[in-house]
Amino acid sequence: MGYFLQQLINGLTLGMIYGLIAIGYTMVYGIIGMINFAHGEIFMIGAFISIITFMVLGLIGIGWVPLALLIVLCATMLLTSVYGWALERVAYRPLRHSPRLAALITAIGMSIFLQNYVQLLQGARVKPLQPVITGGLRFFEDGRFAVSFSYLQMLIIVLTISLMIGFTILINRTALGRAQRACQQDLGMASLIGIDVDRTIALTFVMGASLASVAGLMFLLNYGVIDFYIGFHAGVKAFTAAVLGGIGSVPGAMLGGLLIGLIEAFWSAYFTVEYKDVAAFAILVMVLIFRPTGLLGKPDVEKV
Amino acid sequence: MNAPQTSAFDFSRALKEAGLIAGAVVLLAIGLVGFRTVDVPGGIGLITRFDDVVAAAVLAFVGRLGIALLRANRPRPVLGVSLAFAIALTALLVHGALSETASAAQRLLPFASTVVNWVIAIVAWILAARAARLVWHAASDMSADDREARMDRLGARVQEWARFVGPVLLGIAIMLPFLPWTDRRLLDIGILVVTYIMLGWGLNIVVGLAGLLDLGYVAFYAVGAYSYALIAAHFDLGFWICLPLAGIMASFAGVLLGFPVLRLRGDYLAIVTLGFGEMVRIILINWYTFTKGPDGLSGIPRPSFFGLPFTRDPPEGVESFHSFFGLEYSSIDRIVFLYYVILALALVTNLFTLRIRKLPVGRAWEALREDETACRSLGVHPRNTKLTAFALGAMFGGIGGSFFATRQGFISPESFTFIESAIILAIVVLGGMGSQIGVVFAAILLIGLPEFFRDLNQYRMLAFGLAMVAIMVWRPRGLLAHREPTVRLSDHPPPSGGVQPAPRQ
Repeated sequence: MGYFLQQLINGLTLGMIYGLIAIGYTMVYGIIGMINFAHGEIFMIGAFISIITFMVLGLIGIGWVPLALLIVLCATMLLTSVYGWALERVAYRPLRHSPRLAALITAIGMSIFLQNYVQLLQGARVKPLQPVITGGLRFFEDGRFAVSFSYLQMLIIVLTISLMIGFTILINRTALGRAQRACQQDLGMASLIGIDVDRTIALTFVMGASLASVAGLMFLLNYGVIDFYIGFHAGVKAFTAAVLGGIGSVPGAMLGGLLIGLIEAFWSAYFTVEYKDVAAFAILVMVLIFRPTGLLGKPDVEKV
Repeated sequence: MNAPQTSAFDFSRALKEAGLIAGAVVLLAIGLVGFRTVDVPGGIGLITRFDDVVAAAVLAFVGRLGIALLRANRPRPVLGVSLAFAIALTALLVHGALSETASAAQRLLPFASTVVNWVIAIVAWILAARAARLVWHAASDMSADDREARMDRLGARVQEWARFVGPVLLGIAIMLPFLPWTDRRLLDIGILVVTYIMLGWGLNIVVGLAGLLDLGYVAFYAVGAYSYALIAAHFDLGFWICLPLAGIMASFAGVLLGFPVLRLRGDYLAIVTLGFGEMVRIILINWYTFTKGPDGLSGIPRPSFFGLPFTRDPPEGVESFHSFFGLEYSSIDRIVFLYYVILALALVTNLFTLRIRKLPVGRAWEALREDETACRSLGVHPRNTKLTAFALGAMFGGIGGSFFATRQGFISPESFTFIESAIILAIVVLGGMGSQIGVVFAAILLIGLPEFFRDLNQYRMLAFGLAMVAIMVWRPRGLLAHREPTVRLSDHPPPSGGVQPAPRQ
C-alpha cells in the first residue's frame, strides 16, 4: 500500500510536468493543425534558462529560496516565451498556407537547430544543480519503508494546478481566450469578424512556451540534472499525452499528461524500468486504435 | 533616386520595427548566449559573454533597418553600409586567418567565434549584392506567386530533363571510382550519399506515393541491419543470402506495425510510427542477450565478390579477389565494390518504384494519397493498399540497413536514432515528394555537402537544421515539387501547372 502510494505521488508529479508541456502541443494543434515538433526544445531551453538564472542568483547572493524561485520562474517564463514567439515568426508563419508536411519538416529542422544551438553554447555535458528545495513529509512509516511526499513535489503539484486554473480562466473568460477558441473553430471566419489571427497565433505560441518553461524549471528541480537532449523524449511523451487526452482539448492534455506520468511510474515500479517508454507508446497505439479522437477529443467529422 | 514605384518610407516605423527586433534578440540571447555554463571540477561555473549579445542586437537592428530600406526601394545607403561592413569584416577575418598571433584588430570582430563571423560577413555580402541589384536594375515587380510559379515551371522542366540528367548523373556515379581525383574519402562520401538516396527512394514509396507520413523509417533500417548481423552470426550465411532475408524481415516488421495503425490518418500515423521507431531502439538497447544492447554487434562479415573475399591473406583454400584477378592487393578494392553494391541496390529501388507506379497497386497508392474517401467508394481497399506500400518501403529500408551493417562491420542502437528518420524524411520532402530525381539532389545537398565540412563538425547539425527550415520556407512543396499523375486518360490534355496542394485531412 505504501509503495503504491509512493508511486502514485511520483507519477502525479511526473504527469504534471508532461501535462504542462502537452498543453503547448494541443493548443497549437488546435489552432493551426500542425505538430509543433520543436516544442520539446522550448521546454529544454526553459530548463537551461532556469539553471542559468539559479547560478546568477547564487553569484549575486540571493539565497532566500522563495524569492529565488519566484525570480527564476519569472525569468524563464519571460525569456522562453520569446523563443516561442520567434519560433512562430521565423519558421511557422511563412508556412501557414503550405502543405502540412512542410510545416512538420520545418518543425523538425527547428528542433535539430535548437538542440545544436544549446549544445554549442552550453556544452554537451550534463548540467547538475544543487537541490534547491529539500525535505518533505513522511508517513506510513513501518520501519522498512516510508512514503515520502517532498516539499518539491508539493510545489510542483500546487504550481501546476494554480497555473491550470489561471490558464482555464484565460481561455474561458478573456477576450484573448475567446479569440483563440474562435481561431480554433475556423481561422478564416475568425479573421473575417475582426480577430487579429496573426497576433492570436503568436500569443498561443507564447503561452505554450511559457507553460513549457515552467515544466522545464520543474524538471530541473525534480531531477537535478539537465542536458541539451532532454527535450526530445519529454516532447514525444508530452505529444503522446496530448493525443491520448484528445488533441485540441486543453483539459485533455492535462489528463493525458497525468495518465502518461502514472503509467510510467507504475510500469517502472511493477514491471521493468527499461521498457517504460515502450509502455507509454503501446498505450498510445491502443488508444488510437480503439478511440482515435483521444479520451476527451471531439470526433472529427470527415467532409467530402 | 526616387524611382516611380518608391513608396513613401516611414522612417520612424522602420526604426520602431528594428528596435523591436533588436529587443527580441537581446531577450533571446541574454539567457543562453550571455551566460555560458562551463564545466569546472566538482560542478559547473558561469562565464559571461555580454559582448556577443550586444553585437547580435546591433547587427539585428542595422540589418532589419537595411531590409526595410531595401523593401522601400532605397538601396543606396544599404549598399554603402553593407559593402563597407562586408569588406572590413572579410579583411579582418582573412588577416586573422593568416597571422598567427591575435592582433589588436581582432578585438573589433563582432563575435568570438570565427565561423559565426564568417556567416555574418556572408550575410553582409548578400545584402550588399541585393542592394547593388536594386541600384542598377529597377525592383523586380514579380510577386511571390509569380516566383513560386516560375520555380514550379523550373521543377517541371527538371523533371523533363530527368530523362537526360538521370543518365548523365548515373554515368558520373558509375565512373566515380575511376575519376583521377577520387580518393578514399570521396568514395566514402559517395557510399553514404547513395545509401541515403536508396533510403530516400524507399521512403518515397511510403511518403511520396502513398502519402503516409512515416517518422519511424529508421526502425526498418535497424531491423534490416540487425537481421543481417544476427543471421550472419548465427547461421553462418553470406551477405547475398542475408540481403533478401533482411529485406523480408523488415517488410514483415512493416506489416506488423502497419496492420493496426494504418487506419489512422496523417499526424496520428506520424506520431505512432515515431513511437515505433523509438520502441525498436529501446528494445535493441535492453534485450541484451539477443542484441548485445548498447555494446552493439561487431565482427559482421564483409561482403564477398561472388565468394571471393577482399582480404590480403584469405584463409586456407579460399582464393581472394585480388589473387583471382591477378591484381595487386589494394584496400580500396573493397570500398569500390561496396560503392557498386549500394549503387546497384539504389538503382533496383528506383527501377522498382518507377515500374510499380504504373501497376494497379501503384496507381491505387497515388489515388489514395489524393483522396481516401473517393478511393474507398471506388472499391480500393485502403488498408491493404497502404499496407503494401508500407511493407515495400520497409523492405528497401531493411535492405539498406543490411548494407549499412556490412559496410560498417559494427552496429549499435546509437546508429538508429530518430534523427536518422528525420534526415531521410527531410530528403524526401525537400526533394519534392514523389520526385525521384529530387531525392538525388536533396541527398547530395543534405548529406554530401555537409560531409565536406566535417571540420566544422560542431556547426554541421546546426546548419543542417537551419537548411531544412530555410528550404521549406523558400519552397514549401520541396525543391522539385511537381506532382503529376503517373497515368492519365489520353483524351484529357494535362492542365498547366499541375501542382495540387496536399489534401488536408
